[in-house]
Amino acid sequence: MAGLIAYGAYVPYHRLARADVAAVLGTGGGKGTRAVASYDEDTTSLAVEASRVALARGGLRPRIGQLFLATAAPAYLDKTNATAVHAALGLDEHVLAADMAGSVRSGLGALVTAARSPVPTLAVLSDLRTGLPGGNDETTGGDGAAAFVFGGHRNGAPVIAELLAHDTVSDELLDRWRLPGAPTSRVWEERFAEEIYVSLADKALTAALDHAALDIAAIDHFVVSGLHARACAAVRRTAGVRPEAVTPDLAATIGNAGTAQPGLLLADVLDRARPGELIALVVLGDGAGVLLLRATDALPAHRSARPVAAQIAAGSAPVPYATYLTWRGLLNREPPRRPDPEPPYAPPAHRRTAWKYGFVASRCEKCGTRHLPPDRVCTSCRSIDAMTDEPMEHVRGTVATFTVDRLAHTPSPPMLVVVVDYDDGGRFRCQLTDATEADAVIGARVEMTFRRTVTAAGIHNYFWKARPVRAGDTGQTEGTSG
Amino acid sequence: MSSHGIRDRVAIVGMGCTPFGEHWTRSADDLLIDAVGEAVTSAGITLDDIDAYWFGTQASGVSGLTLSRALHLPNKPVTRVENMCATGSEALRNACYAVASGAYDVAMAVGVEKLKDSGMSGLSGTVIPGAGDDSRGEITAPANFSLLAPAYAAKYGLAEAEMKDVITRIAWKNHVNGARNPRAQFRKEVSPERIRSAPIVAGMLGVFDCSGVSDGSAAAIVVRAEDAYKYTDKPIFVKALSFVAGPADGLLDPAYDFTTFPEVVASAQEAYRQAGITDPRTELALAEVHDCFTPTELVLMEDLGFSERGQGWKDVTSGAFDLDGSLPVNPDGGLKAFGHPIGASGLRMMFEAWLQLRGEAPPERTAKSVAEGRSLALTHNLGGGPGECVSFVSIVGSQLTDQKR
Repeated sequence: MAGLIAYGAYVPYHRLARADVAAVLGTGGGKGTRAVASYDEDTTSLAVEASRVALARGGLRPRIGQLFLATAAPAYLDKTNATAVHAALGLDEHVLAADMAGSVRSGLGALVTAARSPVPTLAVLSDLRTGLPGGNDETTGGDGAAAFVFGGHRNGAPVIAELLAHDTVSDELLDRWRLPGAPTSRVWEERFAEEIYVSLADKALTAALDHAALDIAAIDHFVVSGLHARACAAVRRTAGVRPEAVTPDLAATIGNAGTAQPGLLLADVLDRARPGELIALVVLGDGAGVLLLRATDALPAHRSARPVAAQIAAGSAPVPYATYLTWRGLLNREPPRRPDPEPPYAPPAHRRTAWKYGFVASRCEKCGTRHLPPDRVCTSCRSIDAMTDEPMEHVRGTVATFTVDRLAHTPSPPMLVVVVDYDDGGRFRCQLTDATEADAVIGARVEMTFRRTVTAAGIHNYFWKARPVRAGDTGQTEGTSG
Repeated sequence: MSSHGIRDRVAIVGMGCTPFGEHWTRSADDLLIDAVGEAVTSAGITLDDIDAYWFGTQASGVSGLTLSRALHLPNKPVTRVENMCATGSEALRNACYAVASGAYDVAMAVGVEKLKDSGMSGLSGTVIPGAGDDSRGEITAPANFSLLAPAYAAKYGLAEAEMKDVITRIAWKNHVNGARNPRAQFRKEVSPERIRSAPIVAGMLGVFDCSGVSDGSAAAIVVRAEDAYKYTDKPIFVKALSFVAGPADGLLDPAYDFTTFPEVVASAQEAYRQAGITDPRTELALAEVHDCFTPTELVLMEDLGFSERGQGWKDVTSGAFDLDGSLPVNPDGGLKAFGHPIGASGLRMMFEAWLQLRGEAPPERTAKSVAEGRSLALTHNLGGGPGECVSFVSIVGSQLTDQKR
């Protein structure tokens, strides 16, 4: 049986209150909040975090045969972004990692490609939506990522949602576009595409239902996603689905995360769907796509350790609008009077990929001392080259001491710094993120998160930071790649 | 232990030290020429009498040419040394060993640093291009040393406000001393209220908890002890030179608790062994210690054996290390008020020992302990930060020890 074997979503910690936009600019705004990627997050790091949630279950990583990263806001062009995700997840070097980048529809492309693939495939949908200050895209947009593993063909991983059918309709349509390099997209008059999308959705949905020999009334969860809000609303209203089956679009709390939106909404449904229930995912954008999935008996035991609703509930108090603009690069602030931050150097970064991207430390075979970063010489018994790899990304720790560095170069001063003592040994000093100064205290519990620490000389620097373990986090307690 | 020390085998017979501060109109060359000139004058010799040089700078030049070019030395051996903020002390240590070995009759140690030309706040001279991969969690120097404060407060039960009072007391004391020193960068007393309420730089540290970013140079002339009185009536004899580069495991090992510098403990114990000191608090006349940031000085009081563990803050508060206390610490104002041009600082500390032990410090900041007959001074110089550092301790004295070697 083919189908979905794992999933996970990542909603960034921070929120922007839409009312704050109007308060500052006198225009724009609206009600509710949207999710905001932190200053140290981009679509690559969001993708890593979502994938970590999806792959938290032990034993999944070695089974992944290929990885597709879908995003409309790639961190790099020319250079593959999926390889950074691949490195952070510690996947085997023979696993294909490729980008599906540039268009919002690439999210659907990655899902369908993964669903059709003969090998277990990780599809990661990640997006960071930016609009001009005061504009509709700014306030209705959102940031986030979701990851799905399709497979179950030739291995024992239980299928948690069977793929019953899918269909896609492609249509060349000037609805929304963005020239390369432009920070925000442009849209044609909304009414133009609305009817077209309703028709395309009907075609795809009908084809998929026919293929599965199902009636539209059988749908228990009807997920409609797309950046054309009017069209999505019309499809929800007119498709003929039972009204109670229409799922919430999460716009009020996290906004619309574009490429990642179908993934976030699907993950939210999978967080609560019961065995046997039929899920229809409809994605609008340059055509329409439909996936019909049926939850299996295995779903309840294999749900995401970090439900979307819990991540929404655990979000920050809204960040000030000026902070959001600064993080987004839309407000150019005075830097500290310090030397410019160093860019990564390619050879050392490449030599230490397992550490820098995978956070793999070492443990002395002779005396058991753990070393972060990995060492060749044991700091305790001084044995040389008697180390084994020790993946640390899931290991939690406790703050031994801390500081708040108000002089350091950071896009969001002040820099919070903690010395972390890890459970079962090892110490590392790193930045604390998704936190305020009140979170930096001796004894605080922290976990690790993959971030883009800085962009210097046109090069993104990725590394791990600590973040507070918050009440409500169910956590990722299982092993890493085992 | 097979470290033998060179007690009483060499002496310092001449020293020079520029004022430290913002020398906008002077280059590193200008500064080192001034310090070297003052040193040879004080020893009554010329540069022709110097046989070899050890030159310390962290980032204001590379190779011996930085010194030989500035002084147009005629084909003399010049060795550039670097050991972070302990660079000046490292230059002196090597010059002393060169003379003690018999290789040279007269050696000079010179330290210089020009920080203010960078236009940056704090230390800006970075080292070799590192991995640049952010995996070391690089932070600024004040942030690095501020890690000590919450750890010390937590371990010994000080409330945050109490801890702030203790470090404020240290800054206040060093400014009081610096105000009496015409060569110091900061020559005004600063009220505790102003120190306490200054803008925060990192953690608990305000602007006044940080050493002065400055330019400066200092130099020392070293000869065999038996030759010392040919140059001066008041040589100071080297009793101990101790230097360690730690294993740098404090940021790896949860056993390290950020309330001590084990490297300092190790280098101090070795120095006391070399000098034959058993109770530094009562035997020393003064100590010049590496107060790069105020919590550093607090921790050093315990690491150097001046205070019992967990008691240093009480001794600080009671004034034990004030100019008129039982053991004056940083009578010249320290890195805090005298300024901290990296490569020069270790030699600047020795310059204060030189002045005090020779009775040449201005009366208003002469250590009472010297007048009472104590004749030993300690200098302590540290580079790096909590968990991974290098540490230097010297002990010098104005008298030769009687006991047989």
